[in-house]
Amino acid sequence: MSGTPNQAKPISQKNWLQENWLRVVAHLGVWGPLVWLAWHAWTNDLGVDPVVTLYNVLGRTALILLLLCLSATPLYILFGFRAGLTVRRALGLYAFMYAALHFTNFVALDYMFDLQYILADGIQTKPYILVGLGALLILVALAITSTKGWMKRLKRNWTRLHWLIYPTAMLVVLHFYWSAKAAAKWEPLLYAVVLAAILLVRVPPIRKAIVNFRQRRKRVVPKRAAVSAAERAAFITPTQPGE
Amino acid sequence: MVKRNLRSDVPMVFTMNRRQFLVQAVPVAAGALILAACSPGTQTDAPTRASAPALPNANASGAAAANSGANAGTSGASVGGLPAALAHAQPYSSVTTDELGDPLNTFDQITHYNNYYEFSTDKEGPAQLAKNFTTRPWGVQVTGMVNKPRTFSIDELYTLFKQEEYVYRLRCVEAWSMAIPWVGFHLGDLLKMVEPKPEAKYVKFISVLRKDQMPNQNFPILSWPYVEGLRVDEAMNNLTILATGMYGEPLTNQQGAPIRLVVPWKYGFKSIKAIVQIELTDQMPTSAWMDAAPNEYGFYANVNPKVDHPRWSQATERRIGQLGRRPTLMFNGYEQQVASLYEGLDLRANF
Repeated sequence: MSGTPNQAKPISQKNWLQENWLRVVAHLGVWGPLVWLAWHAWTNDLGVDPVVTLYNVLGRTALILLLLCLSATPLYILFGFRAGLTVRRALGLYAFMYAALHFTNFVALDYMFDLQYILADGIQTKPYILVGLGALLILVALAITSTKGWMKRLKRNWTRLHWLIYPTAMLVVLHFYWSAKAAAKWEPLLYAVVLAAILLVRVPPIRKAIVNFRQRRKRVVPKRAAVSAAERAAFITPTQPGE
Repeated sequence: MVKRNLRSDVPMVFTMNRRQFLVQAVPVAAGALILAACSPGTQTDAPTRASAPALPNANASGAAAANSGANAGTSGASVGGLPAALAHAQPYSSVTTDELGDPLNTFDQITHYNNYYEFSTDKEGPAQLAKNFTTRPWGVQVTGMVNKPRTFSIDELYTLFKQEEYVYRLRCVEAWSMAIPWVGFHLGDLLKMVEPKPEAKYVKFISVLRKDQMPNQNFPILSWPYVEGLRVDEAMNNLTILATGMYGEPLTNQQGAPIRLVVPWKYGFKSIKAIVQIELTDQMPTSAWMDAAPNEYGFYANVNPKVDHPRWSQATERRIGQLGRRPTLMFNGYEQQVASLYEGLDLRANF
C-alpha cells in the first residue's frame, strides 16, 4: 500500500493518535480482565469458588494475549497490517503478567504455600501442571530478555531464544486441554485451531506463497484504483444528488 | 411446593463470610501480590455461624406448625403435608459442623455450585437454568428383581419413610468438597419395602429425561438420561440415603429435586439427581460417566487419596469457601462404616 506518491501526503498528516491507536487500545484493553476481577471481588461476585474463577480468568487471558501477540506477524504477512508489530512485545509481556498471576493463584490461594502438597499432589501427579509450569519458566526467560539491552547482548541467540515462544504457546494450549474436563474440551481445541492457523502462516513455503500472491495483487491494485478514480472523477458531476 | 427466592431468604450470617473471604481476595485480584493478606489460618465461617440465632427444632411438632404458618404468611402458599424435617422457613441445621469439626457450607454455596450437566456444564448455571423445572407430580418407579415392584409418588416417599437430617461431606472427583446437612431417608428402608430377590446384585438408578426442561439433554454431552449404580450391599449401607431436602427445606431444583441419591464415601457424580427409576438387577450397571470416559471413571468411584484420576491427583481437596488444601480422607472419612464392603477388592483395579 505504501510507496505510491499519493499516500505520502496522508501519512505525514497523521496525528499521534492515528499513528498509535493500536498501542492505546492494547495498553488499556489488557487491564480489562484484571479490572473485571477486582470489581467482582469488590462486589462479592467472584462466584462460589473464587479460586477457580481466578484460575479461569487469569489463565484464559494469558492464553488469549499470547495468541494475539503471536498473530501480529501473520497479520502483517497476510494483510500488510503493520500496527500489530508495534504492540507485539507488550502483548507478550502482558501475557506473562497474567500467567504469573495465574501461577500465584495456584501457589498462594489454592495451595497456601504448602510446598509438600504442591510437590506431592500438584507437581508429581498432575501432568497439566508440569506442562503449565514449563511454559511459565520459558515465559520468565523471555520476559527477562525482552529488553533492547538483552537483544544486543544475545545477538543471534536472542532470535533463537525467543523462537521458544511457539513451543510455549503449544504447551499452554496443552495445559488447558489436559486440565479441562470432557464436556469443556471444545474450548482448548478452539484455541489449538487458532494457534495452528497462526503457526501455519509462518511456515516458510506457505509464507512465501502468501507474500508472492499479495505482491502480484499489489501490482494490479494501483491500476484498478486509478481507473476507478478516473471513472469517479468523470461521473461525479452528472450524478444526481441523493442517488 | 413453596417457591421462594433462594438468594434473598438466606440470612446475612450465611453470606457474610463469603463476603469477608472475598475482601481478602481483592488484593490478589487487583494484581498486588500482597501475600501477607493470605493469612496462614484458613477462612472458616465458624465464628459467624456460631452467632446465628437458634432456629426452631424441626422435631417439635409445634415448631413445625409454626413454620408452616410462617411460610404460608410470606409466600401465600400452604406447605401443609411437608414433613417436619423439611418444613423450615429458613435454612436450618441442627449442627454447625460435621462430626470432624469442620463448618458446614452455607446454603448459598451449596445451591450455587452444582454439577448438573442436564442444565449446564458451568457449576453456577443450574441455579438459574433449573428454576422452571417442575417436580410435581413425581413418581419413582422401583422395578426389576424385586418381589413387590411399586411406583412411589414423592408425597408417599415423604410419609412412608422418616425424613431426617444427615450431615455428610461431599467430595467431588474434581478435588473440591463441601459439608452438607441433607434431609432424607435410608435407601435400604425403601429397598426392604420392595423386597429384592436373592439374585439381585446391583441397583441401577435412572434420572428423569425431560428435554424441554433440561436444555443440555438436547446435546450429546453425556448419554441421557443420566444413569448410576451401586452394589446392593452398598445401597443397603446405613450411610446411603435418598435425599429429599437440605438445610431443613425441600431440595432446590439445581440440587436434584425432588429426590436424589447421596453416597458420601463415593465421588459426587455417583449421587444421581432427579431419580425416576430404581431397578434391581444382576448386571453391573454402566453409569453415564463410565460410558463417557471408561478409563477415567469406574463403577465404584470410591473416594481414595491413593488412587489418582488419570489426569490429576486425588490426594488433596479444597473445601469450598476456604483457602488452601486439606488431605483427602480414605472413603471420604467414612472408612469405619464402609471399608468392610471392599475387603479383598483391589481398589486400584476397581476404581
